[in-house]
Amino acid sequence: MVHGEVWTIKELFVYPNEFIYWSIQIVMYPFMTGLVAGAFVLSSLYHVFGVKQLKDMARFALVFSFALLFVAPMPIVLHLQFPFRGFNIFMTPHFTSAIAAFGIVFSAYGAIVASELWFIYRKHFVEIALPLKEKQDKTLFEWFKYLVFCALTLGVYDISEESLKRDEKAIKILAGVGIPVAMFLHGYAGFIFGSVKANALWMTPLMPVIFIMSAIVSGIALCMLTYIVTMEIRKILVSRKKKPSHMPQTTEEIKGVEMHVIKMTARYLLFFLIAAISLELLDLIFRGYTAVKSWDVLRSVIYGRDFVDIFILQYGLGNLVPFILFLMPGLTIRRAVVGTILVLFGVFMMRWNVVIGGQAFSLTFAGYMHYHLPIIPHDWETFKEGLGGALSIFIMPFVLFWIFNKIFPVFSFEKSH
Amino acid sequence: MKRRDFFKLSLKGVITAGLAKGLFELVKPEHILASTSNIRRVFLIDAQECCGCGLCIKACKLENEIPYESSVSRTWIERYVLTKDGKVHADATNAGKDGFTSTKIDLGMGKYKDIKKEDIKKAFFVPKLCNQCENPSCVQVCPVGATYQAADGVVLVDRKWCIGCGYCIMACPYGVRFFHPKYRTAEKCNFCYHRISKGLKTACVQACVFGSRKLGNLKDPNDPVTKTIMTERVWVLKEEYGTKPQVYYTNLSMEVR
Repeated sequence: MVHGEVWTIKELFVYPNEFIYWSIQIVMYPFMTGLVAGAFVLSSLYHVFGVKQLKDMARFALVFSFALLFVAPMPIVLHLQFPFRGFNIFMTPHFTSAIAAFGIVFSAYGAIVASELWFIYRKHFVEIALPLKEKQDKTLFEWFKYLVFCALTLGVYDISEESLKRDEKAIKILAGVGIPVAMFLHGYAGFIFGSVKANALWMTPLMPVIFIMSAIVSGIALCMLTYIVTMEIRKILVSRKKKPSHMPQTTEEIKGVEMHVIKMTARYLLFFLIAAISLELLDLIFRGYTAVKSWDVLRSVIYGRDFVDIFILQYGLGNLVPFILFLMPGLTIRRAVVGTILVLFGVFMMRWNVVIGGQAFSLTFAGYMHYHLPIIPHDWETFKEGLGGALSIFIMPFVLFWIFNKIFPVFSFEKSH
Repeated sequence: MKRRDFFKLSLKGVITAGLAKGLFELVKPEHILASTSNIRRVFLIDAQECCGCGLCIKACKLENEIPYESSVSRTWIERYVLTKDGKVHADATNAGKDGFTSTKIDLGMGKYKDIKKEDIKKAFFVPKLCNQCENPSCVQVCPVGATYQAADGVVLVDRKWCIGCGYCIMACPYGVRFFHPKYRTAEKCNFCYHRISKGLKTACVQACVFGSRKLGNLKDPNDPVTKTIMTERVWVLKEEYGTKPQVYYTNLSMEVR
C-alpha cells in the first residue's frame, strides 16, 4: 500500500499520485511549536517588559516552554518515512529548503531557554548542592541528587548578592533575545507552509505572521490552563494540611493569587486573539476578492466541504465563544478553564484546517481528497500517524513538565526573580 | 594576546574564510558540469497521437519496479471528455495502465458517470510524466539535498539519503511525486535514467506504438525533437508556477489540468 492511501478518499478528478501525505503529525508539529513559542513570549513579558503582574506566570511558562521544546520536533520524527535518517538534516542541510534551517533555529532557541533557566535556577541548584556536599553518610538517593545538582551548577557556587544581580541582567538579555528567536522558530514553521507555491491554500506571505499570532494565543492558553490545574492541586494539598515547606499560603491566599494572575494573563490572550483572527479574516477576504484561478476550488472547500471545521469549530467554538467568555465581566476560574480549553481547541482546528484543508483539494483544481484519521491502529504506520500518535505527542509535555518541576521548582514564590 | 591584536586576527580570519568560500562558490563543480554538458534532456508529447492504450504505463511500471497493482505511477494518462453542456469530465483510473476500455468516467468513491456518445463535444488523452523542470521546486525544498538536478537537467532522487518528509511531494505543482511503496522514499519519473545514460530510449517511449512520446536533447539543433520545439507551436503545463517545465506538448487543449 502506498503511504497515505489508507486515510485518503479521492473524489472526482485527482492525479493518481496525490494523497494526503501530510497528516495528523504535521498538524501536531505547528501546534506544538506554537505552544513552545507562545509560552516563551508569555514568560518574556515579565522578564523583558517588566509586566509585574505576570511574575508568577513567567517562571512557570518558561519551564513549561522548556518541556514543550523537547516534544516539538517529535511529530516530524514520527512523520518521517525514515526517522533515523532525520539526522541527515544536520549532516547535509540543504539551505534552499525551509526545513533545513530547523536544526539551527531549534538548537539556538533551545540554548537560549536552557541558559535562561540556568540563570534563574542557579541559586536553587547551589542551595541544594552545598548542604548535600557537607552531609556525611549520604543515602543512595542523596548521592544521586547531589551528583545531579552538582552538575547543574556547572561548577559555579558564587551566590553573592552581586553575582545574583548580574544573573538578573543576563536573564533579561536572554529573554529579550529569545523573543525574536521564538517568533522566528514559529514564524518559520509558518514559512514552511506559506512558501509551498504548489498549494493554493498555503501560499500566502501572511502565513508566518498568522502562525506567530495563533502560536502566542495557544501558548498563553496552555500556560493558563496548566497554571490553574496546578494551583487547584495545591489548594487541595493545603486544605489536606499536607503542606510542603515551600507552600506557606492558605487556600484563600492561593485563590487570590490565582485569580489575579489569570485575569492579567487573559488580557494578553485576548489581545493576541484579536490579532490572529484579524489576519486570518484578512487572508480569507483577500482570496475571495482577488479570486484567482484557484479560488473556485478553494471556495468550495472553505464554504462547502470544510464549513463546519472552519466556521463552526475554529472561528465559532474556538474563537468567538472564548472571546465572549473572557470579555464578560466577573471572570471566574471555571469560566477561564472552559475558555482556555476552547482557545486551544480553536488553534488546533486552525492548524488542522491549514494542513488537512490544504490537501482537501487536488492539484487539478477539479477533485477533492477526504482525510480519515486512523483511530484504531492496525500497524505501526496507522498508530504513529493516527489518533494514538497524536495523543502521545500531546501528553508528552505534561509528563516532561512533571519531571522538570523536580529540578526547576516552579512554585517557590518567595525567592523568585 | 591584546584585545586589539585579537580583533585584527579575527578580521583577517573572516576575510580569508570569506574569500575561500567565494572561490568555492565560483567553481561549483555542478555548475561547471552543467555549463559544459552538451545535453539538455527534454520530452515531447503529441497529445493527438495518444490513444490511451496504457502500454507506456505498463512498460514504465515494470521497468522501474513500481508495484504493478499499486495506484501510483511515475507516468500516467489522463482522459478528458468535454460535453456539449460545457462541462469537463476527466479521470485517470489506475494511472491509465489498463487503457480506457469503459466509456464511464471515474468519479472516485466507487461512483461512475456514463456519458452518452451524442452529448460528447470532444474527447482526448493526455500522457503526463515528470517535467524535469529547469527551476525545480522539489529540489529547492528538499531539506537534505537528496533530490538534485543532474547536469543534463534530469531531476534525480537518492534513495539512500531521502528521509521521507514528503516536502518535495507537496512542492511539486504537477503531482508527479509519491512515496515508493517498497522503498518508502520519494519517487518520481527520471526519464529512465538508467536507460538513457546508456543511449537507450525510455521505457515509455519504447512502448508507445503511435510515437506520441519522444525524448530529445534541446542542446542538439539537429535533434528532431528540438526542431519541433524550435519551429512548431508547443505548450507546457502550468507554466504560471515558474518552474520552467521541460516536457513540451503539441496539440494540447486548454482544458488540460
